[in-house]
Amino acid sequence: MTAPPPEQILHTTAEDRRIAALAAAAVGLSLAEAAIPSPLPGVKAGLANIVTLLVLYQYGWRVALWITLLRVVASALALGLFLTPTFILSLAGALTSLAVLAPLTRLPPRWFGPAGLSMLAAAAHLMGQLVVVDLWLLPGIALAPLIPPLAVAAGVTGLVNGLVAAAMLRQNAMLADGDTP
Amino acid sequence: MIRAALSSLLQLMRPGDWLILAAGILGGTYLFARLPAAAERVTIQQGGRVVLEVSPRLDREVWVAGPLGDTVVEIRAGRVRVKSDPSPRQRCVRQGWLAPGETALCLPNQVSVALGTSRHDTLSY
Repeated sequence: MTAPPPEQILHTTAEDRRIAALAAAAVGLSLAEAAIPSPLPGVKAGLANIVTLLVLYQYGWRVALWITLLRVVASALALGLFLTPTFILSLAGALTSLAVLAPLTRLPPRWFGPAGLSMLAAAAHLMGQLVVVDLWLLPGIALAPLIPPLAVAAGVTGLVNGLVAAAMLRQNAMLADGDTP
Repeated sequence: MIRAALSSLLQLMRPGDWLILAAGILGGTYLFARLPAAAERVTIQQGGRVVLEVSPRLDREVWVAGPLGDTVVEIRAGRVRVKSDPSPRQRCVRQGWLAPGETALCLPNQVSVALGTSRHDTLSY
C-alpha cells in the first residue's frame, strides 16, 4: 500500500474563479462556432468577442486580456490547432482587437456604446491578421482582392456582436438597479 | 412586436456608434469599388499543351490544328466560343459562348478552351 498523495491545495481568489468561468464561456462559444459552416473561408461570427466586450466593460482590460489569451489557447488546443497558422492568426487578431478596444472603452459612454466599439474591434482584428499574413505567413500574396469581402463580414459580425453585448449590459444594469425590464 | 424589438435595438446605438457604422459603410463601399477586376484569361490547349493564353478583350479567331483537322476558336468582346470543330458530335460548338469559369472540350480533336480568371495559387489561411 502506498501512502495517499498529499492533498494539494490550490489557493484561488474570487478573481481567479471569475476569470476561469468567463474564459470557459468564451471557449464554449469559440468551439460552438467552429461547428458552424462558414460562407467564406476566414469568415467567422466571432461570438467569443461578446464575452471580451462584456468583461472589458465590467472588469477592465487585465481580466479581458487573461480571458482572451486563455480562450485562444484553450480553443486551439481543443480543436487541434495549437501553434498552427490558424492559431497564430487567431492570436494576432484577438490581441490587436483587444489593444484597440481597451483604450476605446474610456470614450464617453453617452456617445460611444459597445456596438461601435465592437465594429472597430472587428476591423482591428482583421487588420492584425492581414498584417501577420502579409509579413509572415504568406509574404507576397496579393491580399487586396480578399480585403473587401472580409472587411464587410467583419463589420457585420462586429455590429451584431456589439449589439448583443450592449443588450446584455443593459439587462445587467437594469437588474443592478432593481428595475426589472 | 417587431417594431418594439427594433426600437429597443436602436436604443442601444449611441450617436458615435452610428458615426462608426456610417464610416464603415462608406469604407466598405470604397473598398468594393476599388476591387481590381478579375484578370480574365482565355486558355486554349491542344493535346495537353497550352497553345494560347490571351486576354478575351482582343478580338480574334484562332485556328488550332488537331488530329481531325482545325478547331476554330472565336474571341469577341470579352467572350469566347468554339466556332467550328471537326468532331462528329459538335458538343463544344453547341456549347456556344462560354460563361466565366467554363471550359469547352472538343474531345476527338483534343482541344480545350477555358475562360477563366487567373487566380492566386495559394488560398489556404
